[in-house]
Amino acid sequence: MSAVASRTTSGNELDDGHTQPFLTLSWLHLKYQFLETVRIPIAVLGNVLFPSLSMFFFVVPQTTVAGNPELATTAVAALGLFAVCSASLFTYGLGVAEDRQLPFYPFLRSLPAGPGPQMVARVLNGGIFSLFGLLPLILIGWLFTAATVTPGQLLAGIGTILGVSVPFVLLGMAIGYALSAKAALPVVQIILFPLAFAGGLFLPPQMFPAWLDAISQATPTRAGRDLLVQATTGVEAYALALPVLAGWTLLFVVLAVVAYRNDEGRRFR
Amino acid sequence: MSAVEVSAVQVSGVTRRFGDVVALDDVSLEVGHGELVGMLGPNGAGKSTLLSLVSGQRRPDAGVVRLHGNDPRDARARTVLGLTPQETGLPSTLRVREVVDFVGGHYPDPVPTGELLEQFGLADLGKRQTGSLSGGQKRRLAVAMSLVGRPRVVLLDEPTTGLDVSGRTALWDAIREYHAGGGTVLLTSHYLEEVQALAERVVVIDHGTVLADDSLETILSRVGVRRVQLTDAAGVRQEHLVPDSDAFVRDLVTSGTEFRDLEIRGASLEEAFGQLVDGVDGVGRPAGHEAPAEALPETTEGAVR
Repeated sequence: MSAVASRTTSGNELDDGHTQPFLTLSWLHLKYQFLETVRIPIAVLGNVLFPSLSMFFFVVPQTTVAGNPELATTAVAALGLFAVCSASLFTYGLGVAEDRQLPFYPFLRSLPAGPGPQMVARVLNGGIFSLFGLLPLILIGWLFTAATVTPGQLLAGIGTILGVSVPFVLLGMAIGYALSAKAALPVVQIILFPLAFAGGLFLPPQMFPAWLDAISQATPTRAGRDLLVQATTGVEAYALALPVLAGWTLLFVVLAVVAYRNDEGRRFR
Repeated sequence: MSAVEVSAVQVSGVTRRFGDVVALDDVSLEVGHGELVGMLGPNGAGKSTLLSLVSGQRRPDAGVVRLHGNDPRDARARTVLGLTPQETGLPSTLRVREVVDFVGGHYPDPVPTGELLEQFGLADLGKRQTGSLSGGQKRRLAVAMSLVGRPRVVLLDEPTTGLDVSGRTALWDAIREYHAGGGTVLLTSHYLEEVQALAERVVVIDHGTVLADDSLETILSRVGVRRVQLTDAAGVRQEHLVPDSDAFVRDLVTSGTEFRDLEIRGASLEEAFGQLVDGVDGVGRPAGHEAPAEALPETTEGAVR
């Protein structure tokens, strides 16, 4: 074993030290997280299968929906968003909570990198696996329903859904850093299903009574759904959709950062 | 902060609680540049908590922790730091090379992965998932990970626990070599031999306080107890903790007392701590083990059972 520390100085020069550039570190963590996720194929498979199966069970058999281009496209969009929300909340809520219980986690936190790159990598990694889940969904919509989009609308839709997934990834992280894995699971479920229902991901919001529609428009799921529908079908979203989504995103950023900062030592109380 | 003399690691008046448990109670410790300090203490003594503070994983409830003069909670301060993950803590699905690349990527001038794996005898295992490594290979990987960034300060938490003799010696050589190159080492162990083999200075910690902080020789003379076991004429198994087992056995034989199944080994640290803290230890041993060398087995008050 030759000198590992050949360049070590015993110096007392006070160089502040700089971490590696933010982008370098984010890329490093993205690669690491992607490899970790992809090496457990069942997790990837679950993400890919779930939205496709829902599509086959709930949309394809309903000819009134499946046969109408606008309704079918809207259904694909809503299910796609549900898939992305659920993947984000589960992967991050539960995934982060589980990671924190691993003995490697304290080591990760002591590497010379702040929370930023790790969080960016998580968001991007979530996006990548959401795309894996969307692909078969889009194929089914194209082959088995009247859903139709122009290439431009498709790209806009994918861009929108990735953007819309950001607040849910952040919410997932806030839960993951704040709670233990056991607590995170029910909390994610309690949050996900009401949000998905109220946001019109299961039933079109046109069927909602006025009071529910008002609540619905304040949820991040509804805002995301309408923006996504606008991108894929051209049906205009309500005016407040973007501000509502931005507001939730901001709130979830703060929650995620606070949860991360408070995380240390919590497990041992 | 004076730019003249900044310690590699500075811990002053640090207290850290976990709920009702005080893991560290007003601990102060200073490690100079290029020192090799061993931290000894039984499980739960507070060693790992101290390391987690120095590596910025936790913040102290009171007191100050500095790494090269900076707060280790700041990621920038940690560019000078290397540390070992716990052996069980390697990401099991990643390959050896991927893990080393990942850790090295955090540092400005990492040791090339191939070179590092070569140094630690892991070159053939680069493509293996870490979950498939043996305990000894994992330990070597863990120490390699602590050195990949050419750190100035290295924290080694139980670096050779569970290793066989040759594996242990090889790792010790690597640590010595790093130290010889000017690196600062703070290592924990509950093996006396390990600290004995490596450290120049020893800090003994138990119940969250520093019991002793001195040169290796001084500490050894304080904790160098031996445990003597024998079965007496009545068939009763006896146990004695003595500072000088040779003298004890010589006296035992001279006294003509009947005994069989004589067994001598170095006292475990926990037993040694019983000596060091003189009866106020928390390991459940009765006070006053120190059997005088001239005492005969029948009369020793230190006899257990």
